[in-house]
Amino acid sequence: MTAAPTRADSTSSAVKLPAVVARRSTLDLVLRARELGIVLALAALVAVTAISNPRFLSSQSIRDILLGTAILAVLAVGQAVVVITRNIDLSVGSVLGLSAFTVGTLLRDNPGLPVVVALLIGAGVGGACGAVNGVLVRYGNVPALVVTLGTLYVVRGITYFWAGGQQINADELPAGFLDFGNATLLGIPYLVLIALLVLVITGVVLRNYRVGRELYAMGSSPQAARLAGISVGRRTIGAFGVSGALAGLAGVLFAARFGTIDAAAGTGYELNVVAAVVVGGVAVFGGSGSVWGAALGALLLTTIASSLAVLEINQFWQQAIVGGLILLAIGADRLVAARVAASLKKRGSHVS
Amino acid sequence: MSADTAVSESRTAGLTARFGNWTVAIIAVTIVVLIIAAATVNNFGTSQNFGFLVLDLLPIALVALPMTLVIVTGEIDLSVASTLGLSSAVMGSLWNSNQPIETIIPICLLLGAVLGAVNGFFVTVLGLPSLAVTIGTLALYRGLAFVVLGDSAVADFPAVYTDWVTGNIAGTPIPNVLLIIVALAVVFGVVLHATPIGRAVFAVGASEQAARFAGVRPGRLKFWLYVVSGLVAGLAGVLWTLRYSSARADNGAGLELAVVAAVLLGGVSIFGGKGALPGVIAGVLLLASLQNALRLSDVSNEALNVVTGVLLIVSVLAPNLANAVRGSVQRRRHRTTNPL
Repeated sequence: MTAAPTRADSTSSAVKLPAVVARRSTLDLVLRARELGIVLALAALVAVTAISNPRFLSSQSIRDILLGTAILAVLAVGQAVVVITRNIDLSVGSVLGLSAFTVGTLLRDNPGLPVVVALLIGAGVGGACGAVNGVLVRYGNVPALVVTLGTLYVVRGITYFWAGGQQINADELPAGFLDFGNATLLGIPYLVLIALLVLVITGVVLRNYRVGRELYAMGSSPQAARLAGISVGRRTIGAFGVSGALAGLAGVLFAARFGTIDAAAGTGYELNVVAAVVVGGVAVFGGSGSVWGAALGALLLTTIASSLAVLEINQFWQQAIVGGLILLAIGADRLVAARVAASLKKRGSHVS
Repeated sequence: MSADTAVSESRTAGLTARFGNWTVAIIAVTIVVLIIAAATVNNFGTSQNFGFLVLDLLPIALVALPMTLVIVTGEIDLSVASTLGLSSAVMGSLWNSNQPIETIIPICLLLGAVLGAVNGFFVTVLGLPSLAVTIGTLALYRGLAFVVLGDSAVADFPAVYTDWVTGNIAGTPIPNVLLIIVALAVVFGVVLHATPIGRAVFAVGASEQAARFAGVRPGRLKFWLYVVSGLVAGLAGVLWTLRYSSARADNGAGLELAVVAAVLLGGVSIFGGKGALPGVIAGVLLLASLQNALRLSDVSNEALNVVTGVLLIVSVLAPNLANAVRGSVQRRRHRTTNPL
């Protein structure tokens, strides 16, 4: 089953088995090369920044990077799940905003609310938004790009409508919730632990469980996946639900970290999230990539942002760099894909 | 699946004659909305508001014209609003360094064309998905706009130009910029519907391979469409700057949504191969007059985004739902005539 999804269209799997094995190892190599590339880029960036300003490696600075990464990584993991199925979710920034504002309002009015309940409510709000996206994509036969571009503005508009210019400040939030945003377990902030938990669970499910492999199969070839008996519609709605729920969860983390929430929270995050996922090696054509790569992409982007500040480079470069990295990453993917296809063709001719 | 579409296609001709196609429908809806707005919303029907309405829809209308052609070929350009912003930022920066406006404007148009060519290069030469490429350049161009101008604003452009953009044709309530919109709409309409280029655009959108066999070069066609899209976005940036007499890096942020919404509302299929320019013009007018009427009714700008977003979703959902309903009606009819 683990090998099947990428070759779901093959009718005589017995004949093609050697090719499958070859392809898997080539793919693994490519993926590892991508993740290694990010790690190297990250190391180089940290080294250069730290040499020019040692303050970059202070515990406060590292903590800030990790907290920023935690929020972006949770979003990126959800986005990766959707992109793997050959869809995209542009509404995550708006969903984060709605969830943060909902949870902020609830906590302001009910200071006794336990943090766990706040997390669940945030994830629930997000999951509902995601399910709406999924249903529109599934039953409307509409490309995810258009649906989520629409819901990006609808959800943001609803938040503005509801907030009406009001802002929730840190002093209105219960101390317990703000502590949760700052507290650590064995020196690791809770927010980072939550992000790691999300990452590991999603990563294992995608890699080792039937549901996960079905998502990859859908991304490789929706038609073949349908023929193989996968309920593509239900999985699509599920993938968007997961992305929405994680965006909602990220909203609660956002509220806990910053303490100040207005209707604009998370505006424009979708660009960073898509960048993190694409830079992390999740192909926009679907069917390949991993949440580990996406999380590394999130770490790289967050580190770039904070080293720009440390190196005293104009902060306005950040968005341009995000755009450049997206182009670089999809260009590199294309080159690698062309190489892999060429080498497969060669091997394929030997096998048959 | 293929049998289904064949059946529905053979039916479409009859249904079009009976119900009118999407273009006719959207024009009718637009007229109805205009009448209702004029009757119920205070100040909507005044000639002064007509001027504001035209100025508001100016950037959307301009950018929607090349966007229609791009979407008909089956691609998309999400970077247009950022191209507009970068054009505006460069205009402000050059004006700050005391360049004459007569050289600045051509430079901004050229800049737009170059930015479009970059998109075209990535999409046609490297063969990358246009969605991913233009999301990347959306971030890149907007980021560069901020690099150029930071968060400052440049004002006091020459009054001759700003007055012309906001003014009317002498002795009439017709805004000057309407001339630009009409002229470009006619050019794009003729190119799309009455020239070999337009037929090539539809052919590429319907089937790129078939178009190639018929002698069309899809790559080259798409490349030049991206160049034109960038050029028009650059022009929109210049006009935007002159209209508000303010060059800012965030000018036009988020405009791509309104443009895509207007084009799809106008009946252009997001999958390519289908669409008509008159429908797109009606789509732009519908979107702009709805926003204008709601703004006059004191609905906030942010809440207006809900309307745009909903319209976008409805415009792509409605044809599919209509098809689904049509399909199920047909199947039922089929079953009753052939009880097998």
